[in-house]
Amino acid sequence: MPEISFNWTSLAPAIAEIYLAVAVCVLLMVDAFVGVKRHGLTATFTLLILAGGAALTATYGQVASRTLLFDGLYVADELGHVLKLFGFLFVAAAMLYSRRYLEHRGLLRGEYFMLALTALLGVFVLVSANSLLTVYIGVELLALSVYAMVAFDRDSGIAAESAMKYFVLGAIASGTLLYGMSMIYGLTGTLSLDELATTMGGGGQGLSIGIILGLVFIVVAVAFKLGAVPFHMWLPDVYQGAPTSVTLFISTAPKIGYFALTFRLLAHGMTGATHEWTQMLAALAVLTLVVGNVVAIVQTNLKRMLAYSTIANVGFILLGFVAGTPGGYSAALYYTLVYILVALGSFGVILLASRKGFEADELEHYKGLHKRDPLLALVMMVLMLSTAGVPPFVGFWAKLRIIQELWATGHSWLVMVAAAVSVIGAFYYLRIVKLMYFDSPGSLPDTERDASVRIALGLNAAAVLALGLFPSLLLDLCARLIR
Amino acid sequence: MHGILSILVWLPIAAGLLLLLLGDRRIGMARWVALAASLVTLLLSLQLLADFENGTAAFQFIEKLPWIPRFAAFYHLGIDGISLPLVALTTFMTVPVIIAAWNVIEQRPAQYFAAFLIMEGLMIGVFCALDSLLFYFFWEAMLIPMFLIIGIWGGPRRVYATIKFFLYTFLGSVFMLVALIYMYVKSGDYAIASFQSLPLTLIEQRWIFFAFLLAFAVKVPMWPVHTWLPDAHVEAPTGGSVILAAIMLKMGGYGFLRFSLPITPDASRELDMLLIALSLIAVVYIGFVALVQQDMKKLIAYSSIAHMGFVTLGAFIMYDIMAATGSLQGAAMGIDGAMVQMISHGLISGALFLCVGVLYDRLHSREISSYGGVINTMPIFGAFMVLFALANTGLPGTSGFVGEFLVILASFKASFWYALLAGTTLVLGAAYTLWLVKRVVFGPIANDGVAGLKDLNGREFVVLAALALAVLALGLWPAPLLDIMHASVHHLVELATATKLPL
Repeated sequence: MPEISFNWTSLAPAIAEIYLAVAVCVLLMVDAFVGVKRHGLTATFTLLILAGGAALTATYGQVASRTLLFDGLYVADELGHVLKLFGFLFVAAAMLYSRRYLEHRGLLRGEYFMLALTALLGVFVLVSANSLLTVYIGVELLALSVYAMVAFDRDSGIAAESAMKYFVLGAIASGTLLYGMSMIYGLTGTLSLDELATTMGGGGQGLSIGIILGLVFIVVAVAFKLGAVPFHMWLPDVYQGAPTSVTLFISTAPKIGYFALTFRLLAHGMTGATHEWTQMLAALAVLTLVVGNVVAIVQTNLKRMLAYSTIANVGFILLGFVAGTPGGYSAALYYTLVYILVALGSFGVILLASRKGFEADELEHYKGLHKRDPLLALVMMVLMLSTAGVPPFVGFWAKLRIIQELWATGHSWLVMVAAAVSVIGAFYYLRIVKLMYFDSPGSLPDTERDASVRIALGLNAAAVLALGLFPSLLLDLCARLIR
Repeated sequence: MHGILSILVWLPIAAGLLLLLLGDRRIGMARWVALAASLVTLLLSLQLLADFENGTAAFQFIEKLPWIPRFAAFYHLGIDGISLPLVALTTFMTVPVIIAAWNVIEQRPAQYFAAFLIMEGLMIGVFCALDSLLFYFFWEAMLIPMFLIIGIWGGPRRVYATIKFFLYTFLGSVFMLVALIYMYVKSGDYAIASFQSLPLTLIEQRWIFFAFLLAFAVKVPMWPVHTWLPDAHVEAPTGGSVILAAIMLKMGGYGFLRFSLPITPDASRELDMLLIALSLIAVVYIGFVALVQQDMKKLIAYSSIAHMGFVTLGAFIMYDIMAATGSLQGAAMGIDGAMVQMISHGLISGALFLCVGVLYDRLHSREISSYGGVINTMPIFGAFMVLFALANTGLPGTSGFVGEFLVILASFKASFWYALLAGTTLVLGAAYTLWLVKRVVFGPIANDGVAGLKDLNGREFVVLAALALAVLALGLWPAPLLDIMHASVHHLVELATATKLPL
């Protein structure tokens, strides 16, 4: 009989989750007793919590090698560690950017921050999931928090509508995920992703039809969460309908979570079925790239346009997975991080361009932004050109990495699709630049002059440029995380 | 001097960023900073010309630093006899652009100067990059300032023109990138030299050749992907037109010489007829198109396309020379001609656009019909305009003659008919250019606007005089330029005629 001993320090790799769960409770208390009158306090406290979490995770959360915890339900590795740090960083930036916006709309309430932190907790669970059960818990924790956030502005009809849509469709997707998982479990007898990785497709007799069916359900659910066509219908509505600060939030940490979902579940757990799911993802990716880029052209609402741009970017992330190699996965990771960095900035610009009682979400609200606010226009131009894939900005390297991996794995026709849609995509990003720089402002209101946010946005754009000039910094990290 | 190429690239860019910081409120200082930066860059490039060793085809002034170790991509700069003249042309043409815009630009002048300085650095980077990833980096980054230059300071249809310009070039370049990445996957690094020595099957070469063709033909531009150019030229501010015509078009030609010919020699040999046909169409058909233009800038734009036809003709004629005569005699002449034509066209078209700019600043019209009899009120300007127009028609004694003569001579070795068709430019070019001059410069004073014109001021005189000197110097004594290119051109011919098919 093995000796059972329990040592608190053995939980250190899970410090991020434990800390965050405790911090959420503390935040609730603080908000209930102190923050009722002073909402700004909760916001500041949230930033402190995130900073503390990042510091703790950086110091204690590191593991020398891949470690399993909680009977193998949970895995701690370098990928998880770094992704959690990015999670803290991106959420902190999102909270910082949205504070003034929330204040002006009476949304600066403790629950908002609590929900953001539980969503982040969901992301962390996903990032470290090593069992189908853990994956599901992570997905639900994240999704439920985000549904509530989308509906947070309860007086807004459009927000309620989009939250409803999101919830109903999301519930179906969760059901699909669970159904697929149950089939896989039924046929393999294990929930552990490690065991699935070694047993599935082993023995050389191929995959049974049941497993493939289960895989299809799982891929559908993953595609839904990522927003891949044809499971993308919720995404434009949610992006447009949700308060802009929530849209900003959705495009940050949750994307890390869904990257992790795809990586842990498909790339790791379903290694044996790589051939099958890469084919499914390839079809999805092509549809996603084409629909996302083409439909984005006809949008007149900036948030909706960026939603379709997100869909288009998801197509590229999927292409990284389609490569089916560690190189491809690390390209997908790189693309995800780059996407978040850019999305963070672009929605940040929308937040700053909006005033009390004025939502700058239509494209024409950006006319002549350069004359009204040169810094904001410059930041937005950098971000748009980066997403379009124009050097010297980091978005170029993200696209380059994906194309490299596709060539290396011989997916030549996918390369052509990726190249062709990049050109289509360039058009609507350029249109934003055109509105800001070439058109005259008319009588649009001034932008928000919030010094701390402006500095943060400036740094955000500077990072996009710096990582473009010295791409090795992030490239090497991503390559090290997934080998 | 070590690191001189890096200084050439980054000094103008740094100065451009400084100008952005200075802003329009300190425009007086900003102008002088811009001028100083462009002059220092010019002087440095003269130093480069002086230190350059003519006898070798090897790259000189090499700088190599690790950039992206994972991709084996380096920050690798160097120049040879093909890139040096183009670098010198870039630094030389930026100065007149700055001076010509001195107090003409009313809207956001500091940013205008900054955009051109940043452009200058990026363009020099394109010509100096020896790593294809670095090349592509500069090549694409260049689109951003040009996009803004046309879009902010351009004419009434500037938005249409600039988006068309951007998307056209972007479309071409993306497929070049795809080809570069393909070769990277095969060779393991991004050095242009290793692509040049990478064995490729004929099928691979064909695909890569077409990818390059798309990128470079758009830039040159060749018929039928030239349609962005007249729009861009017409709508761009004077400086934008000058830089577009003088330098950005040359990047297409440079691309053919640096990438297409040495990397895909077998496909080039196989498909040379296509290139020659497109070039001749550009020369003949576009020549006719130029004849009917009502807008001075559009006319010069079409004339540019026709003249660039000589560049592509000269670059690809060598395979036909080999096929016709069985020897490489004369092959180098075609490339020499292409190079001289690029430099000369850079000077002449730039000068012509500056001339149009001089008129436009006074009467705010580019229509030929708004002018007439300009010589009566602006005799000095008229003299310059006539000189550049004659150079544009290829008058012996001007630089325009040398390039066209060399290319036509080389085409003769390949086929009489090529030479005949290419030779039509002497008639057509003379027709559209001289007719332009006749209608604008000569004749009686057409209207009150022309009657009230003032002749060149000192600033404009300096600019045009410098260009006139360059055009004449190159026309009368092209030998130094040919000497610089000689070794590199011969090396290029060797690369372009050796087969790369795997055994």
